[in-house]
Amino acid sequence: MLRSRIIPCLLLHQGGLVKTRRFTEPKYVGDPLNAVKIFNEKEVDELMFVDIDATAESQEPNMRLLRSLAVESRMPLCYGGGVTNADQASRIVATGFEKVSVSSAALVRPALIKEMSEEIGSQSVVVTIDVKANRLFAGHTIYTHNGRQKHKQPLLEFCHQAVSMGAGEIIINSIDRDGLMEGYDLDLARQVRGAIDTPMTVLGGAGTAEHMQTLIDAVGTVGAAAGSMFVFKGPYRAVLINYARPPRL
Amino acid sequence: MIAIVDYGSGNVSAIADIFKRLKLPHVITRDHAELKAADRYVLPGVGAFDTTMRTLKDSGLIGLLNDEVQGHGKKIMGVCVGMQILGDSSDEGVLPGLGWITGHIRRIDSSTINGLPKLPHMGWNSLHIKNDSPLFDNVDPERGFYFLHSYYFDAKDSECVFATVDYGSKLPCVVASGNVFGFQFHPEKSHSNGVAVFRNFSLL
Repeated sequence: MLRSRIIPCLLLHQGGLVKTRRFTEPKYVGDPLNAVKIFNEKEVDELMFVDIDATAESQEPNMRLLRSLAVESRMPLCYGGGVTNADQASRIVATGFEKVSVSSAALVRPALIKEMSEEIGSQSVVVTIDVKANRLFAGHTIYTHNGRQKHKQPLLEFCHQAVSMGAGEIIINSIDRDGLMEGYDLDLARQVRGAIDTPMTVLGGAGTAEHMQTLIDAVGTVGAAAGSMFVFKGPYRAVLINYARPPRL
Repeated sequence: MIAIVDYGSGNVSAIADIFKRLKLPHVITRDHAELKAADRYVLPGVGAFDTTMRTLKDSGLIGLLNDEVQGHGKKIMGVCVGMQILGDSSDEGVLPGLGWITGHIRRIDSSTINGLPKLPHMGWNSLHIKNDSPLFDNVDPERGFYFLHSYYFDAKDSECVFATVDYGSKLPCVVASGNVFGFQFHPEKSHSNGVAVFRNFSLL
């Protein structure tokens, strides 16, 4: 049976790895290559890297770094950050990453999703959507540029459009829950699950393997991604790279 | 010597890294002399079927590989789309494949898949072994392999199906005919099971 994927999501910032809270206060947690080596030993399901500088500072993906990570990795890899065209996606796949994620560039120009899927195949095209819950009325608003730029397009409409353009996976990331380790936004996960039929990964809020099991119970086979719980240990957030699956997986 | 065929598609470095860790002599190459000197091949491949076939054709290596694999019986393993192009044709494109294992590449019928998600088939799934081949020595079929695809190899001869994976129906995911072997999943990204497959192939 196809199993849910438990995915560490690591943030690249100024050459190192960081972890944020609600997309702020980046805290240094280590070296990316060293993290790949540790996660190899732990036999993790999948690993995701997001370069949080690339889009905000209009940088190209760092192909040399991606190549060095891919050569070392014995697990599937996804990369996001600063991807604006299909040629970059193709070069990222050539470094040895299985999947390439786009976010802000696809919101501005959804045809990019189609161009990427024709170049590298739908199965390798991921659309990551960062959202904040609306305070005044139900629903979520899409943001890009590390939570600083707001978009008008309704969330579920964009999910639908992304999949119809050829996205093979949607990653839905709750900015409100980022780094809090108090559990996923399950309503958000259910809404997105109901809108699309491709694989989905949920990010933002997981603090324990039980949180991941709760997500799986709510939406079925899913990608359960997390940052903090795989890089911090204990109440004082001591840096320690670790990995645990829910016991039933 | 194992030659990883460097025709411009697929993850050659990750495969080479595994052979390096296994201390097995290998080379990443598109050089005719080096390819002729090798005694077995790995054929990687990612992307669409036609793009991959066109890239292989443009590399000018098809004639040589045909001679070595079909003529001299050297062993070859195709991985992911490198496996699909071992077949005759594909739903995904119009170009003919290499035709080394008789079969057609079909899109997975999403109506057979219960619940969500549907396609692509993405993630870790268990293997059902149909042929007691040494290819599966030290492989834990329950833990299985990492899959990432929407098309599968529908082999004409059921004897060619060495293993299947359950996704909607029982999809062939390891196919073989004589000296030609194909793996739909990503052994280079499947931890110890994947390493075992590369080691086993080197010992065949």
